[in-house]
Amino acid sequence: MKKAVIIGAGMTPVGEHWKLALRDLAVEAVFNAMDDAGIDKVYSLYVGNMISGPFVEQENLGSLIADWAGLGNIPAVKIEAACASGGAAVQEGVKAVLSGLEDVVAVVGVEKMTDAWPNDATRYLAYAADAEWELFHGASFVALNALVMRYYMKTHGYTEEDLALFAVNAHTNGAKNPYAMFKRSIKLETVLKSPYIADPLKLFDASPVCDGAAAVIITTPEKAKELGVPKEKWVEVAGMGRAIDTINLANREDLLTLKAAKIAAERAYKMAGVEPKDIDFFEIHDAFTIMAALSLEALGVAKKGDGAKLAREGQIAIDADYPIQTMGGLKARGHPVGATGVYQTVEAVLQLRGEAPNQVPNAEVGLTQNIGGTGSNITVTVLRRV
Amino acid sequence: MSRPMQVSRYWRHFREKYRLIGGKCENGHVHFPKRPICPVCGSREIEEVELSGKGKVLSWTIIRNPPSGFEYYKPYPLALIELEEGPIVLAQLTDIDPEEIDFGMEVEVVTKKIREFEEDGIILYGYKFRPPVK
Ligand SMILES: [Zn+2]
Repeated sequence: MKKAVIIGAGMTPVGEHWKLALRDLAVEAVFNAMDDAGIDKVYSLYVGNMISGPFVEQENLGSLIADWAGLGNIPAVKIEAACASGGAAVQEGVKAVLSGLEDVVAVVGVEKMTDAWPNDATRYLAYAADAEWELFHGASFVALNALVMRYYMKTHGYTEEDLALFAVNAHTNGAKNPYAMFKRSIKLETVLKSPYIADPLKLFDASPVCDGAAAVIITTPEKAKELGVPKEKWVEVAGMGRAIDTINLANREDLLTLKAAKIAAERAYKMAGVEPKDIDFFEIHDAFTIMAALSLEALGVAKKGDGAKLAREGQIAIDADYPIQTMGGLKARGHPVGATGVYQTVEAVLQLRGEAPNQVPNAEVGLTQNIGGTGSNITVTVLRRV
Repeated sequence: MSRPMQVSRYWRHFREKYRLIGGKCENGHVHFPKRPICPVCGSREIEEVELSGKGKVLSWTIIRNPPSGFEYYKPYPLALIELEEGPIVLAQLTDIDPEEIDFGMEVEVVTKKIREFEEDGIILYGYKFRPPVK
């Protein structure tokens, strides 16, 4: 079987970019990734984006971005899988390379969220939920996660403080990432004293509304050699998996199991030939602190119900057994929804090249996990140092 | 945000939303809302079934930053309710002090206004749940 390697990675800082449009962010990220690889041509573009239509009245992002980045008359499409759009776009790019149909592929994830009023942004994000049976009743995305959070705390005997530890860890790491939206560490009390937005979920349990773009260049080892990209830059996409679950939270078989993540992870581990203990760091989808806990369980890092315990026992820090959110995660780096999965990939690439500002010592294998909907569409990707 | 052309989108679900019509497959698996195929056994022989509307609160939240269109109600409680027939349903709780909501609390269905679109726009009705009226 062919192999796929990432040879270039780039991003823009995450934040409130009042002066930049969606296209500006995307083009900057694509240029950064191409410059990083040292190439001036790509043959295909995949755009990870969730809701550009409602947010900035722009669809057809394949044409827009390829055109504005001067990529020529190449095939270019938008990939949408709610907040997992970025992760899905990376996987589509890898699939194109592995199939042999395309050989130098650019993937960019982009989202421009600050051009909308806050309540409208809340509404657009809820488009990933079930419109007729969730949004119809006034459910926001935060509210659906809050329902899971309360049930998790009740079922496994956790407090708001236990989950807040995930936010503290994310900020500790994000403080060192120059591209993060929040480059500052926080205290546990900061999380606990922040206002409820959907009880028991507080402002600091949630990732921010923001703008950003990240990009990677994917090709085969043969082509990378031909292009003269030094081997130190290569990172292999060793395994990937993707699965869905019921779109409607109420229809779940088990509210506290991210079944889609479990299935996606099993596929990715099998393809890469690794187990959770072989992974040196995890970039998981902590859009809400509860999702960090459930993700660790679904990825096989913690037993069911023990996800939050890992935070309490200090096992998720950079120098611990299971480092997560090494660059701040969604909570501190920021969560420009459709771009997030690509940011995670770029951050994993930096870790595996040994170039991360918050380096995990001797990182050889990393994992990214990107969640769309309330656990309804999930990608898991395993990356390995070449 | 007025959307007069979307009336048909809402009346399609009148029966489910006014009378809690769910689905029941030939093997007796009940689900809500009604689906084209049974999520448990895969049967496509599904008949409609009217649910009792009696259930228990499984989990709840108080929404303080609502999506646009629901600002009028804020803050409002939203809950997952486990119906006595088995399915779980998401709905707002009504006629209740948020402090009184608790795990396992018994509730019953009631038809209420869900949303209003501007002065001359349509008004959407549907199910909410409240403590049983004795
Ligand atoms: Zn059945």
